[in-house]
Amino acid sequence: MSGKTITRADLCEAVYQKLGLSRTESAALVELVLQEITDCLERGETVKLSSFGSFVVRKKGQRIGRNPKTGKEVPISPRRVMVFKPSAILKQRINADGQGS
Amino acid sequence: MPMIKSELVQRISTQNPHLYQRDVENIVNAILGEITSALARGDRVELRGFGAFSVKHRPARTGRNPRTGAHVAVAKKSVPFFKTGKEMRERLNKNGV
Repeated sequence: MSGKTITRADLCEAVYQKLGLSRTESAALVELVLQEITDCLERGETVKLSSFGSFVVRKKGQRIGRNPKTGKEVPISPRRVMVFKPSAILKQRINADGQGS
Repeated sequence: MPMIKSELVQRISTQNPHLYQRDVENIVNAILGEITSALARGDRVELRGFGAFSVKHRPARTGRNPRTGAHVAVAKKSVPFFKTGKEMRERLNKNGV
């Protein structure tokens, strides 16, 4: 368990190393990729990235929840949530390269 | 209609006419590849406003074949997990449902 956290900066670095564009442009492109995915999800569309996984928007109906602290029942409003379904390839990669434990 | 990787590449190319589509494809693959390698190492990937990818470890357990009821050993495994970011959650719901 390494516990390292990868951020946008690391993704920019990866793009910079592979493409040889400027760091500024690499950063802008990483942002644009995330932006395009977000825009799509916001419209309620699924985003399928082959060999990685898909992002799916699900609609949740209203339900009764409970405030865990007070035990009081409160209605939870209908909402849209996003789920990530990892591809078989991604799942395999995670189990192949050392279990991390 | 779902958006697939080639359409994502297409959209980004349109906005960056100075780049070859081939390059944009490499950019998208570099990003996804970096996330995949990080998870394979057991690292976390945190993208503020978007969400965070992490790996959850499931210990080995004894499962049952639901049809026959026979006990079967299930080996330990690690599964990818995604938690939606705060801003993303808000954007999904900003126009009501």
